[in-house]
Amino acid sequence: MAEAHIPHPDLPPPVSTIGVIGWLRRNLFSSPLNIVLTILAVYLLYTALPPLLRWVLWNAHWSGDNRADCPADGGACWVFIRVHFEQFMYGFYPDDQRWRVKTALVVLILSAAPLFIRSVPGKIKMRLGLSLLAIYPVIAFVLFKGGLLGLATVETSKWGGLLLTLVIAGVGMTAALPLGVLLALGRRSQMPAIQTLCVTFIEFWRGVPLITVLFMSSVMLPLFMPAGVSFDKLLRALIGITLFQAAYMAEVVRGGLQAIPKGQIEAAAALGLGYWKTMGLIVLPQALKLVIPGIVNTFIALFKDTSLVLIIGLFDLMNIVHNATTNPDWLGFSTEGYVFTAAVYWLFCFSMSRYSHSLEKRLHTGHKR
Amino acid sequence: MQDLTQISGNPMTESISTPVKPPIWNNPQVRAIAFQIIALVATVAFGLYIFQNTQTNLRQLGITSGFDFLSSQSGFGIVQSLIPHSESSSYGRVFWVALLNTLLVSVLGVIFATLLGFIIGIARLSKNWLISRLALAYIETFRNIPLLLQIFFWYFAVLRAMPAPRQSFSLGEAAFLNIRGLYLPAPQFQPGFGWVLVALGIAVVLVILLSRWAHQRQMATGQQFPTFQTVLALLLGLPLLIFWLTGSPLSWQYPALQGFNFRGGWVIIPEMASLLLALSLYTAAFIAEIVRAGIQAVSHGQTEASFSLGINSSKTLRLIILPQALRVIIPPLTNQYLNLTKNSSLAAAIGYPDLVSTFAGTVLNQTGQAIECIAITMAVYLTISLLISLLMNLYNRRVALVER
Repeated sequence: MAEAHIPHPDLPPPVSTIGVIGWLRRNLFSSPLNIVLTILAVYLLYTALPPLLRWVLWNAHWSGDNRADCPADGGACWVFIRVHFEQFMYGFYPDDQRWRVKTALVVLILSAAPLFIRSVPGKIKMRLGLSLLAIYPVIAFVLFKGGLLGLATVETSKWGGLLLTLVIAGVGMTAALPLGVLLALGRRSQMPAIQTLCVTFIEFWRGVPLITVLFMSSVMLPLFMPAGVSFDKLLRALIGITLFQAAYMAEVVRGGLQAIPKGQIEAAAALGLGYWKTMGLIVLPQALKLVIPGIVNTFIALFKDTSLVLIIGLFDLMNIVHNATTNPDWLGFSTEGYVFTAAVYWLFCFSMSRYSHSLEKRLHTGHKR
Repeated sequence: MQDLTQISGNPMTESISTPVKPPIWNNPQVRAIAFQIIALVATVAFGLYIFQNTQTNLRQLGITSGFDFLSSQSGFGIVQSLIPHSESSSYGRVFWVALLNTLLVSVLGVIFATLLGFIIGIARLSKNWLISRLALAYIETFRNIPLLLQIFFWYFAVLRAMPAPRQSFSLGEAAFLNIRGLYLPAPQFQPGFGWVLVALGIAVVLVILLSRWAHQRQMATGQQFPTFQTVLALLLGLPLLIFWLTGSPLSWQYPALQGFNFRGGWVIIPEMASLLLALSLYTAAFIAEIVRAGIQAVSHGQTEASFSLGINSSKTLRLIILPQALRVIIPPLTNQYLNLTKNSSLAAAIGYPDLVSTFAGTVLNQTGQAIECIAITMAVYLTISLLISLLMNLYNRRVALVER
């Protein structure tokens, strides 16, 4: 009787292809060129990282309240940031009124929180989002500006720091998106006059730098208005930034509109939907979903561009930090100031781009490769 | 709608030959025309309103509009100019100086950003984990920090913190870096240098002829010619030979410390250096992402097909991947070049004498001709961007995939 065939048990894979060694061989030392590159990169990190860490952390000065607490010994002086922190956040907003800004922030976080919880049904999210968009700006404006309900008036020229940056970015985003959608619809319109107007508008704003737009809004807008009518400086900057970014937004949205097959519009027409219902219920929901990355990119660009209001003398985060670095008591700490500002901007922009990634993944319904 | 009403009515009692006419405001054509008329009238009315306000305001301020101010004397000097300029030059001259400064920093920025962006974009795709992570860190850092902040960092935190001229950093006693800028030796061309240029021209012509011949020979016989090595030898060798034969007609003027400052040589002012540095580093991060996306857009099957035909990896990259990737890369790349040019207007924040800071800044303040100055500045940028997008569309049409 023949013996049953017993296969030899599988040999373990070679040590050099698994575990840490395998990973190193595959990812760092796969070819002579890669070995050289790895060594170069390690050398670069070795020369750059330790001094950087020493400056930022080990040798840095954290406690104290004046520049004497920061001897020049190759460490960063974070005391500079600590002392000015409140100013960087609120600008020249009066000390005793800052609770209003904090209240507005808490209200925003509490009311917007359900939008970011996945188990909340979409319909409620939609209603909450829209009502937030309609009501929150009013609440925030009343809280910031005052003059109502017994709140002391705080002029917009006193607003500053991160507060002002967020105000400009928030208003810019909420105004530029709908305006951009309208412009994109206009550009795709069948009516030649509307189309020409929209194309001219979009191409004009996209063709000039934002800084000239801000110059124009601060120098020329007063000339355009009847004598006696004067605009708030902040409002002028807001108008400039919104119109500018709306043009970019329109091009992003147009990309999405073009990607929607014509059959969708024809099907909507066959069902008897009018223009606005076709667009609002059929085309735009699909088109906007397609261009989420582009929209967020425009938002990020807008957030970074808020720093340009420095040119027309508004004290946003960037300008207030720059201002503090020129304070005679604190000369020589501009690096610390700029590094801190960069970290704040980076945090906002990076989290926006991460959020758009996750949103894109969650919303995609299987049309992608 | 019209048809529906007919069907819903009773065909027995209602005659089909008399359809219910919808009201005129429900006719799409009528509506479209009405909307367009309203939009046009509103735009024109708004324009007229602004025009009249502006005229009234200008009259009250006592400003005469027009472009006459361009020929009057400016009375201020400009720290960097590519064409001769003095305080007695006209405002028109100032415009050209400023425009050239803008173009200078844009062109240099485009070159540096492209080089750096391609290197980092390819590094991002490297199989080497460390290299691709370093490239990622670079991209995510520079992309997410406002350009203005980066310009300020290089200008105020780095270049303004340089030592005074007497304590400047020196690179081999030829180049010096201090708070006044970067001083480089300037080449001085002696009379015979023209021949070297002639030799270079001849070399270029020879190279074109040679590569055409090599291509034809390869097409006919399949034999390859070491074109690259020969081209390199020709382009470098011939001018160098003439340079040596004519007795080295080139000398260097070194910057030298005289009193409190350096004299002679080329100087790159700190404003220019920081603007160029920030623009290049910032735009390079965006270009790197464009390059990565472009290369990834070429399907892996192309590489595999190429390898299976026995084409080696460097030729696969050069002949198969890059031509296809460039089709994806070029349009957004041009967009970045345009952005860089427009972003160079941030020069106004640190006082580099570009178009915005000089013309829409100093000239505007001196003359009060706000509308003219801003209009000219905007027109220049509009022209540049329309020109570039025109060129891009032409190129796009040439390289676009020809499909059924």
